[in-house]
Amino acid sequence: MYSVADLKKGLKLTLDGAPYLVIAFDFVKPGKGQALYRTKMRNMINGTILDRTYRSGETFEPASLEERQMEYLYKEGTHYTFMDQQTYEQVIMEEVAMGDAKNYLLENCKVDVLLYGEKAIGVTLPNFVNLRVIQTDPWAKGDTSGNDSKPATVETGYVLRVPPFIEEGELITIDTRNGEYSTRVKG
Amino acid sequence: MQLHLKNLYTRARIIQTLRSFFISRDFLEVETPLRIPANAPEENIEPHRSGSAYLQTSPEICMKRLLSRGYGKIFQISRCWRDGERGNRHVPEFTMLEWYRANTDYHALMDDCKEMLLDVSANIKDCYNATPVNLDEGIMRISVREAFDRYCSISMESAVRDGSFDELMITGIEPALALLNQPVILMDYPIEMAALARAKSSDPSVAERFEVYVGGLEIANGFSELNDPIEQRRRFIDANKKRSERGLSILPLPEPFLEELEKMPPSAGIALGVDRLVMLFTGAELIDDVIAFTPESL
Repeated sequence: MYSVADLKKGLKLTLDGAPYLVIAFDFVKPGKGQALYRTKMRNMINGTILDRTYRSGETFEPASLEERQMEYLYKEGTHYTFMDQQTYEQVIMEEVAMGDAKNYLLENCKVDVLLYGEKAIGVTLPNFVNLRVIQTDPWAKGDTSGNDSKPATVETGYVLRVPPFIEEGELITIDTRNGEYSTRVKG
Repeated sequence: MQLHLKNLYTRARIIQTLRSFFISRDFLEVETPLRIPANAPEENIEPHRSGSAYLQTSPEICMKRLLSRGYGKIFQISRCWRDGERGNRHVPEFTMLEWYRANTDYHALMDDCKEMLLDVSANIKDCYNATPVNLDEGIMRISVREAFDRYCSISMESAVRDGSFDELMITGIEPALALLNQPVILMDYPIEMAALARAKSSDPSVAERFEVYVGGLEIANGFSELNDPIEQRRRFIDANKKRSERGLSILPLPEPFLEELEKMPPSAGIALGVDRLVMLFTGAELIDDVIAFTPESL
């Protein structure tokens, strides 16, 4: 059980049966009035933002979240299926909950899946992933247009800007925190 | 130079200006003890314990005792402590400016506020990032009742009754005041929200208490002082009763203050948050940016 004194940015709690992440928090107190705790929270399932003001003495249930390493199996429609390699239990995640993670997921790769009860609500990716370029225009030698990048499509279907010297079939490292090209994988 | 350090220069200039402002107007600068056996018990203020005593939550108890002894115009810049208050505009240890005038009421303090804001604005012009207060149109005065009628969906009376007064103040009124292009004096608070203020003679349901807002930031709280010891004791006991209903500790009463209160002439006093004033004149969004150390950095 949390009290209002525990409220801070990053705290995860359960409200009306859904997990919420506190994204902004302030202690306010008008004149000689009572202390109020203003929060902005994001629903961890559907992303909606909630503004709530609490008074001292109120309490909260922590969000019972669990992170487990799972293997990504396949996508069907807007559903992504993951499997726990120890128990062989499978969970399904909605595309909206995947966020940008869908740009970096390859079948059979292992990721940390965030579970709220039985429900998968998020994936934690490594900061860097290696993906193969499946389409990009060749580098025109002597190109003087001044472009220092060109579009490339990687094997997940994600399109990003890469330096002109990157060729089809090459493996590149992408920073999953901003979705940008990081480096070329040699070899 | 770091922005933080620049803010501390502006802070020093503001404090020097405040001091000369009051000295040049014949106010006597006083120093009263910071560690006292009892504060004025308030429902929503948690004093910090210091051994068998408390640190002051405000210098008001001792300063009013000086009024009872015949001092007519006094001011003090001192540290105050209020437990548990930490936010973008709160630190548990902060700097307060209080000034008192005998034989007058809260209107005189409102005039002081305007002149003080003008004086500080003029004296910080050469400071980095100086943000003078726009006083071309003066300070707007609006009653709390009127503010509720204008900015909230329910009346002041209903808000007091259903306990939503503080919340509406923060979610409805303060944001509306922030949009105005001039400082605002919000005046005549419900009597329940003014433990040490005198009731307005023309309407005893409100107290002669006001708050000064600049750009939505609350900087000062002033009132015509209650000088009836029986009524004052009743309000202290009532505050303790409300505290005990909420599971908060019962606080000791400042007995010598109550004893001397009878001798206090009709007076008016005001408390101004110096850190907030520095936020205002530097444009800082966080109180952290205008103090040398935050409690977390110690």
